[in-house]
Amino acid sequence: MTPLAHYLLVAALLFSIGLAGALTRRNAILVLIGIELMLNAANLNLIAFWRYGPHPEALTGMMFAIFSIAVAAAEAAVGLGLVIQIHRHAHTTDLDAMNRMKG
Amino acid sequence: MSIAFYLIAALTLAGGLAAVLLKNTVHCALALTVAFAGLALLFLELDAQFAGFAQILVYIGAVAILVVFAILLTRGSETPKDGVYSRNWLAGLFIAAAVFAVLGWAVLQSAGGLPQGAVAAPTVTVLQIGNALVSRYVLPLEIVALLLTAAMIGAVIVAMHEKERQK
Amino acid sequence: MTGTMDQIFVLLQHWLTGFLPAAWQGPARVVLSVAVIVGLFPALFALTTVFERKGLGRIQNRIGPNRTGWLGILQPVADGIKSLTKEDIVPLSADGAVHFLAPVVLVVAVFMGFAVLPMGRKMVLVEMDAGLLFFFAMGASTELSVFMAGWSSRNKYSLLGAMRAVAQMISYEVPLLMSSVAVVMITGSLSLTRIVEAQDQYTWGFPHWYIFTPWGFAGFVMYAIAATAETNRSPFDLPEGESELVAGYHTEYSGFKFALFFLGEYLAMFSISGLGTTLFLGGWSAPFSWLGWIPSWIWFFSKLMLSIFVFIWLRGTLPRLRQDQLMNFAWKFVLPMTLLNLMVAALWRFLGEGWERWVICSAILVLAYVAMGRAGMHREHFGPRRYRYAE
Repeated sequence: MTPLAHYLLVAALLFSIGLAGALTRRNAILVLIGIELMLNAANLNLIAFWRYGPHPEALTGMMFAIFSIAVAAAEAAVGLGLVIQIHRHAHTTDLDAMNRMKG
Repeated sequence: MSIAFYLIAALTLAGGLAAVLLKNTVHCALALTVAFAGLALLFLELDAQFAGFAQILVYIGAVAILVVFAILLTRGSETPKDGVYSRNWLAGLFIAAAVFAVLGWAVLQSAGGLPQGAVAAPTVTVLQIGNALVSRYVLPLEIVALLLTAAMIGAVIVAMHEKERQK
Repeated sequence: MTGTMDQIFVLLQHWLTGFLPAAWQGPARVVLSVAVIVGLFPALFALTTVFERKGLGRIQNRIGPNRTGWLGILQPVADGIKSLTKEDIVPLSADGAVHFLAPVVLVVAVFMGFAVLPMGRKMVLVEMDAGLLFFFAMGASTELSVFMAGWSSRNKYSLLGAMRAVAQMISYEVPLLMSSVAVVMITGSLSLTRIVEAQDQYTWGFPHWYIFTPWGFAGFVMYAIAATAETNRSPFDLPEGESELVAGYHTEYSGFKFALFFLGEYLAMFSISGLGTTLFLGGWSAPFSWLGWIPSWIWFFSKLMLSIFVFIWLRGTLPRLRQDQLMNFAWKFVLPMTLLNLMVAALWRFLGEGWERWVICSAILVLAYVAMGRAGMHREHFGPRRYRYAE
């Protein structure tokens, strides 16, 4: 059995990789990919704490993770719809080029 | 015993790194799928079978396909002329490294007090999950149902073609 | 005697692994079962290719292959030799790694689905509490490989075929799951062995298969429609129709990779038929209690081959559906019917035993089917034709 700290370190590393991706890439879709990685890292944390916690039969961690998966899917759908609409309007998904509020 | 954990964790981190570093956007999406699969395997390693299979079904079966379709519909497969990294990439990298440093320090500080392993495996049946969903967690369930409906309608409306105004 | 025949494969497995030291027996049993599955279903696939070509030929008033061996039975051997020795052409601008991995991902994901099917009494590879969820998770992974194949070929026809196929597969995924949820609700478990055991009971000689209940029959019909669409079989085979899109997402594949796609498609057909038999047709249980002396695995495979025969029959008989007709059908007809079916199944459970529940449930389903069918038909506007020109 691996110690809990290893799972938490893997989750922290995945979270920071996702954050780096969200902050450094130009394409709007890659920012969303980074956000999905961050959400997944948080889910891993939740499940790891649920498993090693004192009362796993209360199912709190697992429930939280399942709801988080559902909400992340909804957010990805709306976010990608927005990106598609922006592309239709500005003909680019480059975030550096979309630096003005005026259309 | 725990060699499986290190292999799966390496696979997940490699997938995550590839997802943010590769130049071709579709390759990034496929590497993201590998990261999702690695995470599902980690959930299975943690005796959370329902969460693991739900992860595969929702993330790989739906979110990855969403991302790939969005890339195709926005011509993301053509390489941009200004490079793939934004102008302020160094600041972003620095912030991510700082976040990892803080999180890692917090974990390592408390590593002594955390369980070292060999905790009894919980026997979680789907029946218990179902019972919990309709008794203790019924309010989040209903709210998530409402949220998913709103998100579905919202995504359709946001991405719809606007009606032509020339007349 | 009948008990031994029924369990003959399990006994064989225990006898063979009995020769190994005790610590290795568990993994050896699993490896042996996996080897049998990996050997048996491709052999069934070979048999099905001949069966299909002969069957389609007879439906179309011609004889199928009859040159290779008696009645063309050695045709798959000839096909296998051909595809193994054909030159493997990869387009110059194709994305090498993704192009190579797409058929691999397809075949791996499809083989995983066989792990939870109960093929006989006590003959399931992995006894999982959430077996049905695992099966659908593996089915969802096949969609990604279809997209990978289409995109990596850098070919407009392939990309179009892949996008159509993926759109079709995700549209019909929801009715597939919802029709299975009715079965799960009545049984009270996601485990496939429990579902088959719940159907293994007999009243006056008649089995308790779910297809013999109103909601089960409607559910089976919708499951069959969704399964035909999931595996891209005719009448839903627009993504790979030869007259439409060359060969759709596997245009640029030749030789063994094409054979792998073919294998993947037929294996997906087998596994989805296997799931359909498990959920609705009673899995390995016999139709009448006095036929119980025939081994359970014979019943399972007979029902499986019957489903395959129905697939082939549909392919030879019905015309292809257009993409928009297909999507309309999924979202506007099959999905509402599956939701209604869920409610009818709940009503069935709570009305208690008796003839009333048969009448009420059947009446609701028939009325809904007729109403939705007629509402769908009125959408067609057969007015004067409007012309749209390309700008």
